[in-house]
Amino acid sequence: MKLVLNIWRQKNSNAKGKMVRYELANVSEHMSFLEMLDVLNEELTAKGEDPVAFEHDCREGICGCCGFMINGVAHGPQPGTTVCQLHMRHFKDGDELWLEPWRAKAFPVLKDLMVDRSAFDRIIRAGGYVSVSTGSAPDGNAIPIEKQKAELAMDAAQCIGCGACVAACPNASAMLFTSAKVSHLALLPQGQPERDRRVLSMVAQMQEEMFGACTNMGECEAVCPKNIRLENIARMNREYLRASWTFREEEAVAGGG
Amino acid sequence: MMKLDARIPSGPLEQKWDKARFEMKLVSPANKRKYSVIMVGTGLAGGSAAATLGELGYNVKAFCYQDSPRRAHSIAAQGGINAAKNYQNDGDSVYRLFYDTVKGGDFRSREANVYRLADLSVNIIDQCVAQGVPFAREYGGVLANRSFGGAQVSRTFYARGQTGQQLLLGAYQAMERQVQAGTVQVFAHHEMLELVVVDGRARGIIERNMVTGEISAHVADAVVLATGGYGNVFYLSTNAKGCNTTGIWRAYKKGAAFANPCYTQIHPTCIPVSGDYQSKLTLMSESLRNDGRIWVPRKKGDTRPPNQTPEGERDYYLERMYPSFGNLSPRDIASRAAQRVCDEGRGVGPTGLGVYLDFADAIARLGKKTIAERYGNLFEMYERITGENPYEGPMRIFPAAHYTMGGLWVDYHLMSTLPGLFVLGEANFSDHGANRLGASALMQGLADGYFVIPYTLSHFLAGVKPGDGVTVGHAEFQAARSEVGRRTARFLSIKGKRSVDSFHRELGKVMWEDCGMARNRKGLESALARIPAIREEFWKNLNVTGEALEINQALEKAGRLADFLELGELICRDALEREESCGGHFREEYQTPDGEALRNDEKFAHVAAWEYAGENAKPIRNTEPLDYENLHLAQRSYK
Repeated sequence: MKLVLNIWRQKNSNAKGKMVRYELANVSEHMSFLEMLDVLNEELTAKGEDPVAFEHDCREGICGCCGFMINGVAHGPQPGTTVCQLHMRHFKDGDELWLEPWRAKAFPVLKDLMVDRSAFDRIIRAGGYVSVSTGSAPDGNAIPIEKQKAELAMDAAQCIGCGACVAACPNASAMLFTSAKVSHLALLPQGQPERDRRVLSMVAQMQEEMFGACTNMGECEAVCPKNIRLENIARMNREYLRASWTFREEEAVAGGG
Repeated sequence: MMKLDARIPSGPLEQKWDKARFEMKLVSPANKRKYSVIMVGTGLAGGSAAATLGELGYNVKAFCYQDSPRRAHSIAAQGGINAAKNYQNDGDSVYRLFYDTVKGGDFRSREANVYRLADLSVNIIDQCVAQGVPFAREYGGVLANRSFGGAQVSRTFYARGQTGQQLLLGAYQAMERQVQAGTVQVFAHHEMLELVVVDGRARGIIERNMVTGEISAHVADAVVLATGGYGNVFYLSTNAKGCNTTGIWRAYKKGAAFANPCYTQIHPTCIPVSGDYQSKLTLMSESLRNDGRIWVPRKKGDTRPPNQTPEGERDYYLERMYPSFGNLSPRDIASRAAQRVCDEGRGVGPTGLGVYLDFADAIARLGKKTIAERYGNLFEMYERITGENPYEGPMRIFPAAHYTMGGLWVDYHLMSTLPGLFVLGEANFSDHGANRLGASALMQGLADGYFVIPYTLSHFLAGVKPGDGVTVGHAEFQAARSEVGRRTARFLSIKGKRSVDSFHRELGKVMWEDCGMARNRKGLESALARIPAIREEFWKNLNVTGEALEINQALEKAGRLADFLELGELICRDALEREESCGGHFREEYQTPDGEALRNDEKFAHVAAWEYAGENAKPIRNTEPLDYENLHLAQRSYK
């Protein structure tokens, strides 16, 4: 098939970007979307032009590197699918596509379709973990976990941190991402000791990074390649409310010894 | 010739690690913060090591080429992680996991290392559960297990088909906690390009900031490489596109020995190639072989759709050839069997390079719901890629390059032949011999990172002074830095006609055809003639667009390929000199009458550790004998 691609080209964070039009022939329906871009890049390189920069690594939908907007939809038209797993059989001959990077203040464009998502790492850093140093763990079966709870935690833990939720949200909110981690750990007994502190610090960090607020649009859930559910946001709101009422920073008490 | 001292503690197998730990020197809590460590790679091995070393109080700088440490390729591991917990009461033990791993590796690994791995496996599960890794559970709330290739017990722990992801996120989160605590600094989107050796000791690295293009030097008291495997030498593999050999290859050229490069693993269950634009191959987890049955038509050239091939005209060849392990035969054996039936003209699919993996029986026996619970995400992935629904008809699969057992030589302390250079996970050669069993890579990465390196690195650091007067101003740092600058300038100045990928495909084709699943002298000699020719053209006719001081993905790829073009030759050389078949290394000249690998224990029960001898000089093949004190060297049988 033949395609027309309008791709956002931007040399670096400081440069002004613009849409550039490319025509690409001989696209096979069995190619993945990124393989189609590989073919375009080979053509551009042969002409001595700069290839289109896009993030990608595993190309099997799990590393979370890839992602951009295709005709205004994060990761393109197929639900529950990252752009690396989107195949060209979902497009037809003569289609014209517009490819743009994630757009959010917290995700500055680095080049072409690449953005800086380090804000997500900083949200995890603020508390998205269980503080258990290596060596101090009890036996794996010491604490039984209700199967259903474990499954729910796993549903939330599947998040790949690609950032599609932020890109799809009219407010550029990171609530789906943050709530997935808060839910994952709040649902498990291992997450209980730091439950309140975690949600408060992660939400505070999310705000500091200039992500927008959630207004329950649901666009995030619609584009999430891992089908992370909105109920996680509801759970995080409950967690946040509960923690806000009861949590107090401990006062320092000098120890003996 | 190098002296290879594996530093294996004396005494009974079961007590070696305890003894070693007791004999190792410690660094006092107050002194730990004076030492600095460079960690390259943040996958299961690097991430867990950085977190643990940070918890102990060392200053760690962790580097990864991805835009976040959470994206290292360990994340793609699907099926599970082995541990000798014996929660199923089905006869497992540390000794059995040790035995299965040595046997699975075709008796080409070190007993002491493997025993330690099996012993530590149980602690890994505990640690990961405590971090909140959501492993699969039974209704009673306890951990669930499944079976994997090469074992007759159920010892694999899993989190749906995303075990690697969940374990990696556990390690990543533990590391981020240390970033918050101030002990670990993360440099994401930074790629190591050179190792710096001062007075015979690894003291730092030169790296490139992939966003700004800036080259920087970093000094430390020790350098740890956890950079993964080199499967992308085949171009098409199940590895992520960015996986590369640069870290370990640069170290090799600075004096670290490279062990058993020819031990590469071809995974039997991947989605077949569909066209020449193909950029990677996707693995379908080995766990699918728990319930899926592999077959091809009995007759040559039978092109009927699978559902129209009657039961009696199907050949469930693994069940026929290996009745006791059946579909769960080890990877090397299952891969070669698939190739054999395709060579006989019985392969399926448009290219004839494929076999069926069929779930019809399992769905009839267990119901669609149970199958969906176990493998749902894998089935969806298959459908996304192929457009075919595996609940309705069988999957088509074919072997693909997946894992590399070879890597930098390390001793029992995981230190390479360069003092101060430690190597963890897939990047080292240590535990899997000539073939790795399924669900053992995650186990090794985490054992190395959580439980081995904290002791052995401390022991090393206790013997050196923090800083030792070396800074990035040292002449060796300056030299390494200008070498990196020169190489970058050279890539950009060639301005030839061909793209990096076109050369990579060409190298991959040579490697796959002549040094892939089966190898022979003639093919290897031809590869050894062709690879230098590709390399020569690469340096004359390469086209890298753009500039050095910007995001330049072509430049990144060129640097990685330049190293693969050298490594490919070493792999073929190693394969040529190892005149036997073992595990993933199958030499057609050395096989039993029924086509199984035929080892030559008299001549080759050793590790081949290659030593760099300079540009255009033949590398030196050193050997480390493998002494089997506990196990009897036997011909592997899965029949």
